[in-house]
Amino acid sequence: MATVMTESRAEAYREVIEDRAFPTVRTYKEKTGRAAVGYFPVYTPVELVHASGMLPVALFGGGNQIELAHADSRFQSFVCSIVKSTLELGLTDKLDCFDGMVFHSICDPARNLASVFKRNFPDKPVEFIHFPQNPGSPSALAYLEGEYQRLVGVFGQWSGHQVSDAQLAASIELYDRVRALLRELYALRAASPERLSAVDSYVLTRCSCLLPPEESVPLLEGALAGARALEAKTQDRVRVVLIGAFCEQPPLDLIDSLERAGCYILDDDFQLGTRFLTDDVASAGGPPLRALAESYLNHSVHASVKHDLRKPRAAGLLDKVRDLHADAVIFLGAKFCEPALFDYALYRRALEEHDIPHLFLEFEEKMWLYDRVQSEVETFVESMLFS
Amino acid sequence: MSATATFEASFHDVARDLMARYYEEMTQVAKSSTPRAVHLLIAGNPVELVRAFDLLPVFPEVNDLQLAVKKKSLPYIQKAEEMGYSTDNCAYVKADIGLFMSGREAGFATIPVPAVVLCNYVGCSVYLHWFEHLAEYTNAPAFNIDVPFVRTPDGEPRAEDVTYVVKQLEQLIELFEKVTGKKFEYARLQRTVELSSQVGELWCAIKQLTKQRPAPFDAYFDAVNFMAPLYALRGTEECLRFFELVYKQLHEKAKLGQGPLPEEKIRYVIEGPPPWPYLRNFRELFSRWGAVAVASTYSTVGGLWEFGFKHDPAHPLESIAQHMLKENVCNRNFLQRYEQIGRYVEEWGADGIVIHSVKSCRLFSAGQGDMREYFAREKGWPTLLIESDLEDPRYYSQAQLQNRIDAFFEGIEHRKLTHV
Repeated sequence: MATVMTESRAEAYREVIEDRAFPTVRTYKEKTGRAAVGYFPVYTPVELVHASGMLPVALFGGGNQIELAHADSRFQSFVCSIVKSTLELGLTDKLDCFDGMVFHSICDPARNLASVFKRNFPDKPVEFIHFPQNPGSPSALAYLEGEYQRLVGVFGQWSGHQVSDAQLAASIELYDRVRALLRELYALRAASPERLSAVDSYVLTRCSCLLPPEESVPLLEGALAGARALEAKTQDRVRVVLIGAFCEQPPLDLIDSLERAGCYILDDDFQLGTRFLTDDVASAGGPPLRALAESYLNHSVHASVKHDLRKPRAAGLLDKVRDLHADAVIFLGAKFCEPALFDYALYRRALEEHDIPHLFLEFEEKMWLYDRVQSEVETFVESMLFS
Repeated sequence: MSATATFEASFHDVARDLMARYYEEMTQVAKSSTPRAVHLLIAGNPVELVRAFDLLPVFPEVNDLQLAVKKKSLPYIQKAEEMGYSTDNCAYVKADIGLFMSGREAGFATIPVPAVVLCNYVGCSVYLHWFEHLAEYTNAPAFNIDVPFVRTPDGEPRAEDVTYVVKQLEQLIELFEKVTGKKFEYARLQRTVELSSQVGELWCAIKQLTKQRPAPFDAYFDAVNFMAPLYALRGTEECLRFFELVYKQLHEKAKLGQGPLPEEKIRYVIEGPPPWPYLRNFRELFSRWGAVAVASTYSTVGGLWEFGFKHDPAHPLESIAQHMLKENVCNRNFLQRYEQIGRYVEEWGADGIVIHSVKSCRLFSAGQGDMREYFAREKGWPTLLIESDLEDPRYYSQAQLQNRIDAFFEGIEHRKLTHV
């Protein structure tokens, strides 16, 4: 497997993103004296947190790093794992380094989790963002700009630091740079997947929403330069677009095993929030909050948690398959993730209509064994390569 | 201990007739060449606007529960699963899509092709997916009313939220004008809102009656019979007449000290939707203990009137917006639901809480373990958490439910004896 990092460096970054004690966040706080804010997937306007003088950190549940001992009694067996493992992190004091938590209107369990957090951690500020689900409405822009204005007030209270337009513009510029680098990373992978494995790209992306943006920029720049310089030979593999894992995240070894089974994953929707906005926010023009709102409404990805009747999601998937010259689609949905599972029905219909081969897989963040998934992918790959 | 619910009053017959006529009209619309059906959803529904345009509101959730009660839901659920829907997706959606893809003949009605797919996104995220799919399958014009979730510390919608919803309602009016070719009549909307307001007031008064001992009706198993007319027919004269009759008869029963069971032994509050495929059996599990629901959160999905909300005909769009934003259980946050249940227990005088957790509806159920923790540990109130489903008969386990319910009521009986 091609890699842009030395083995020891890759291992170090894997350890950083897998460590649910959040050592980098704790070090940052000690060094800077600043606060940190954790946010549940999928998308958060991190610029608002950053401009308020706090570190925004994407939380992706407990993965397969923790045991559920308490949260299972609060959320039922039919609720996805990330909701439970995020609560478990809280109940086992792993989130004590966060000075506030942010949740969004992405699905019903995540919505209720915000309330459960509020009740169980009365001293920890919890904020809920309602993103517009009628982005085609002429009123949506004013609404979202107003929502962001409200949040600027809230985050200002949390940090004790009122935000100026200049600070907002600076944070936007910084995160625009991070997003541009991530776009380059994904473009490079799509064009030359032999230079950058899906799992390395994953680790780098995950670092970019865990570390301060000032640190992620050089990290991504270095990785990109390394990948571009890498001599790698293309292998005979099936070129796939992977979709469905935008919130709860599969274990790293599962991602690795998918490619080992004979695929190049040209594109995925892992950690989708980091790449939610598709153009530079600054280029939207106007005051910073309006530009951010405009970007969310009109320059953002197709996502199972963003409902835009102007942009059917299946059409978005078909476009992606065509644009990347992919051979197939792998749907990798988290167990019990209703938004993803609903979308699968429409994806399947569209893919069958267009004769695009696809494979349906389910995962749970806490899984440890990948043999079954790997052999399913191998069979799928063989059927494609030798049919 | 054994007692059977024999409660039956003439308004039940009236409700049956009203719904039969509603379904007859639905079938006529389905067979007519003029599209008049607006598919919308129950939570905080803006049915007044639909009625003001002489359009017919079609609620897939009401159709779904009819299928389930008649034990016809499973083949449609399976049909949807064959199409790629997951066993873990909401079975209301699957039954509706399955029925739609199987010819739309539900038995009690033919379901029309929608003239407009109107997603009133009031709390339930699944609604957005459901109606997106329906729009894709029908190619009907689709509209999402985005209703910001209650998220401020005081639990009140922001002024900006009200403005945002009102503006979207105005955009919806434009769409209705286009689809029907009719000019919007403000006075007509005011009249439907006025009728709605009067019905809301009566519904509030009806719900207050269960504060009495014995409660004159069961606020869960009987209340569900009032909910279909409340949503499907609200904003019409006949709906108002119906609720006047219900109030009159139930008030009379309250005065006479009559209840739904021969003897009311236990009063409880219930949270969560009912298991429609086994409704009668489920009711019996409570009736045999002389247990009567004095309040239920389920009866507030479409609107929460018992704490004083009234539609205001002088400000029709603003009050429809308020109803969608705040005056229904679905768009309130989970802790506001704890508060609502707490008020029920204290003000309606209940001995315990039953939480019926349904797999299909995670809006209702996700986190109900925490809810149990809150009521049982922090409040010290007897609280039972049981699980099944509202539409999928495969998730109903009678023996298991009966064991849990029996043990719970036995505990309450014991507590009553020892706490006297």
